[in-house]
Amino acid sequence: MNITIREHSEREHTIDLAVFGEIDVYTAPQLREKLLTLCQGGSHIHLDLAGVDYIDSTGLGVLIGAYKAQKSSGGKLIISGMNSRLARLFRITGLQEIMEFGPDNQEDGKS
Amino acid sequence: MREKLQTDFERLLASYLHDPKEENLYGVQQLNKWIMDQKIPPDEVLNHYIETLKKLIPDLHSDVKTSFDLLLEVMVGYGVQYRVDKNIATRHQELEDEIEVAVHLQRTLLPESPPPLEGVDLGVASYASKTMSGDYYNFVQYGDGVLGIAIADIIGKGIPAALCMSMIKYSMDDMDYYQPKPSEILQELNTVVERNILPNMFITMVYGVYDSLNHSFRYATAGHEPGFIYRADTGQFEDMDTQGLVLGVTSHVEYPEFQLHLAEGDVIILLTDGVTETRFDGEFIERSDFCELAKKYLHLPAQEIAEKVYKRIYELSGYQMLDDQTIMVIKREGKNKL
Repeated sequence: MNITIREHSEREHTIDLAVFGEIDVYTAPQLREKLLTLCQGGSHIHLDLAGVDYIDSTGLGVLIGAYKAQKSSGGKLIISGMNSRLARLFRITGLQEIMEFGPDNQEDGKS
Repeated sequence: MREKLQTDFERLLASYLHDPKEENLYGVQQLNKWIMDQKIPPDEVLNHYIETLKKLIPDLHSDVKTSFDLLLEVMVGYGVQYRVDKNIATRHQELEDEIEVAVHLQRTLLPESPPPLEGVDLGVASYASKTMSGDYYNFVQYGDGVLGIAIADIIGKGIPAALCMSMIKYSMDDMDYYQPKPSEILQELNTVVERNILPNMFITMVYGVYDSLNHSFRYATAGHEPGFIYRADTGQFEDMDTQGLVLGVTSHVEYPEFQLHLAEGDVIILLTDGVTETRFDGEFIERSDFCELAKKYLHLPAQEIAEKVYKRIYELSGYQMLDDQTIMVIKREGKNKL
């Protein structure tokens, strides 16, 4: 079990991060390390989850940790590319109400 | 202790050199056991062996004697590693013992069984995927047929989750409500959790108040997997409403309340996401599959429903349990239409 994280920083003050795979208890530490480093840089982070099928609660914890870190440093965490299962997860957990999302997320479907 | 090693070596070596038969090696097994029990490192054993050999064969060739230095040097390396391993093994055992105590303590945080409630049958099945569970549930008796019911999932497993669980438990114990309001209880818990939790952790929870006088269940949710209500008159399950942020992300969160009225035979099922994220042949269990599966057991007492549903899901998952699972059943007594 593995995830791939691709990083681009072509836009000014924004780091684009694309994740591929399942973000779960095994792969979440890899994403956490990456986000921890980036969150200290003061840039906005755009997280593209189009390549992610599934996030478990540990994975969600990593995203919450990044959200908190960005909020306290004045940066933003913007999430996009969510499939309907992920969109449901963000709706159920109430994170949809407080986090920032890009335009290309799938509609919240019942799965 | 070392004298025994010396004398045993002398005796065993003398008899074996005199007559190298297999029987003369049997004593070595006992000596070996004693060496292990005494935790004597390999370089020390070899050193005693060499000294004994020199004593028994005084005219041993000087080259052979010198070659022992090389052998001893190699064994010193083993000796160092042996001591490191012994320390790790001891520490490991200490940790195991500590965890065993923690597991026992954690069990005391959970109620042994649901309290009796007039006209209502309650059951709960809760299983940990590892030694310690991150799932929590609680019942709070307010008197006059009113019961508080909580189910929570602490993100993260093992010891950190268990420590967090005690925080929730004692915060709830400290609350003193004459007329409990689920929204206020979740708000209060969120404040405690938000101040005390690690950035990557959070808690999902449902807090409900069951009034057995009018069979209403008033509840609020904090990012928790929606429960189900089975309506006896239609024979169908409905999703329970859910709206509210998980505990521990930010302070000052509002939790809206919802209310259900239970007719005779209606059943509420609350669960944690370990249940709904079970996979059958690689595919997640659908909520509709869960309902179909649960329907088969609704004629049983609440505790049996919870246990049987859990067991069936465990079977269908190929006996793989990746996350803690809790199923709570609140059944208004009466006739079920199945």
